[in-house]
Amino acid sequence: MSLAQVRPSSPRRARRTIWDVLRPHEPIPRGTYLAILAGSGLGMVAAWCALTYGGVVAPLFLPSPTTTIRSGITLVADGTLLQNAEASLSVIVTGWALAVVAGVPIGILMGSFKAVEALIEPVIDFVRYLPVSALIPLLILYIGIGTAEKVAVIFIGTFFQLVLLVADVAAHVPREQIDVSYTLGASRAQVIRRVLLPATLPGVMDTLRITMGWAWTYLVVAELVSADRGLGFMILDSMRGFFVDRIFVGLATIGGLGLGFDLAFKWLHRRLLPWSPKA
Amino acid sequence: MAAAKLSLREITVVFRARRAPEVVAIDRLSLDVADREIVSIVGPSGCGKSTLLRLVAGLVRPSAGEILLDGRVVTDPGAERGMVFQSYTLFPWLTVQGNVEFGPRIRGMPEEHCREVAARYIQMVGLTGFERAYPKELSGGMMQRVAIARALANDPEVLLMDEPFGALDAQTRAFMQELLLDIWQKTPKTILFVTHDIDEALFLGSRVYVMTARPGRLRAEVSVALPRPRTLEITTSEEFVAIKRRVLAMIREEAGKALGMETAPAVP
Repeated sequence: MSLAQVRPSSPRRARRTIWDVLRPHEPIPRGTYLAILAGSGLGMVAAWCALTYGGVVAPLFLPSPTTTIRSGITLVADGTLLQNAEASLSVIVTGWALAVVAGVPIGILMGSFKAVEALIEPVIDFVRYLPVSALIPLLILYIGIGTAEKVAVIFIGTFFQLVLLVADVAAHVPREQIDVSYTLGASRAQVIRRVLLPATLPGVMDTLRITMGWAWTYLVVAELVSADRGLGFMILDSMRGFFVDRIFVGLATIGGLGLGFDLAFKWLHRRLLPWSPKA
Repeated sequence: MAAAKLSLREITVVFRARRAPEVVAIDRLSLDVADREIVSIVGPSGCGKSTLLRLVAGLVRPSAGEILLDGRVVTDPGAERGMVFQSYTLFPWLTVQGNVEFGPRIRGMPEEHCREVAARYIQMVGLTGFERAYPKELSGGMMQRVAIARALANDPEVLLMDEPFGALDAQTRAFMQELLLDIWQKTPKTILFVTHDIDEALFLGSRVYVMTARPGRLRAEVSVALPRPRTLEITTSEEFVAIKRRVLAMIREEAGKALGMETAPAVP
């Protein structure tokens, strides 16, 4: 073989097989990723269509996409859906916001000061293992079955978990960041205000997002037990009349709102904390 | 030596842990650092070198003995003793500028002064143009340069450096060592530099204290009488290599003790 024949081989693209896509932690081409993503969504819809239009499952148990969409349009048109969604949203935001306002400062204190931890931890560790649903009868007895009871369920459900999560965030502020602040001349109050608090922000943001997700669970539980409005009520009420399509509209709405909140929190995180490693 | 800038007198540090025997981290250690002198401290891992710096910084209290700065006893942390840590301790929510300004700002310096000081030290560590960058956008070497600028912006009397280049790759580390000496030539400060890298200790220091395995005591004080300003070429000189051989032998012996060996392998 003469030298002239030895040409630098052009970087030939190796043939991709399914095994290349399944290497642990290995990034895959964006196109492949999106294709799988779309395939997953379409597959779900296709399965739904096949099960309903194909007559595999009786319409009583699983409504077809067309029935569900038609039912959704009706519920939006007559205001039922918006009314119930609004009722649920106002309860969830109130209960969650109260828990945040009370829980975040307590969590930060608990994570930062051993003395506060010793003071609060026993109470919280006890209460957090009580499922909120177990407290609903008591709350109905104390507060009644109105909006206040549902707000209380969400508050109790999220508050204790939130305190613990935030405390964990505060406890994991790197010790060196606090030490270095002292050597830069910071007083104890300055360390808390100018180092500890900002250092907890990304973790607190994440905690807010996670607890908002849980709040939806508690809300629906509370609404299923006793309510005259709200998405949980709408679902239960539809079940009584065998309006399965309405149940599905309710579920889709809850899922959609949950997803919306999740995306909103992620967007806020990037906007408000551009410095955060997660942004 | 004239009256020492910084002196440690018979320092003992005992750590008490629950359900564990007391640990004597540092045992009756005394040392002096002259004004504007660079003193390095080397020793096997776990010998208490970092604890020593934390003591001077006021982050740890000695169980016995005292630390004097200009003849006054120090107990708590203070801005006159700045510290640079091995781990990346920049505040991620502040820009390069914000980090460097942190000290002057919390001490209530006027806005103008803060900005001027920040600009000066950012330039000194060669990061002009990166004022608005956040730490997550910087490399490890750049982050440590900001950390040094942040410590210097407070104009401390003593700069405590705890293996500040330990996490950097070899080339960046060499660059940082020369940069530090360059800054020191321009604005001399009293520096206490802890490292486990013997080359680094000898290259930077006018004197090197070698510590024993735990409990940390002084094993030897080695004078590094090499001319300044120094560049890294000096590390291949005969004098340098001769001193290095001596220190290396001591360290290997101490490291052997720390690992529980009776005798360390002889150094050729």
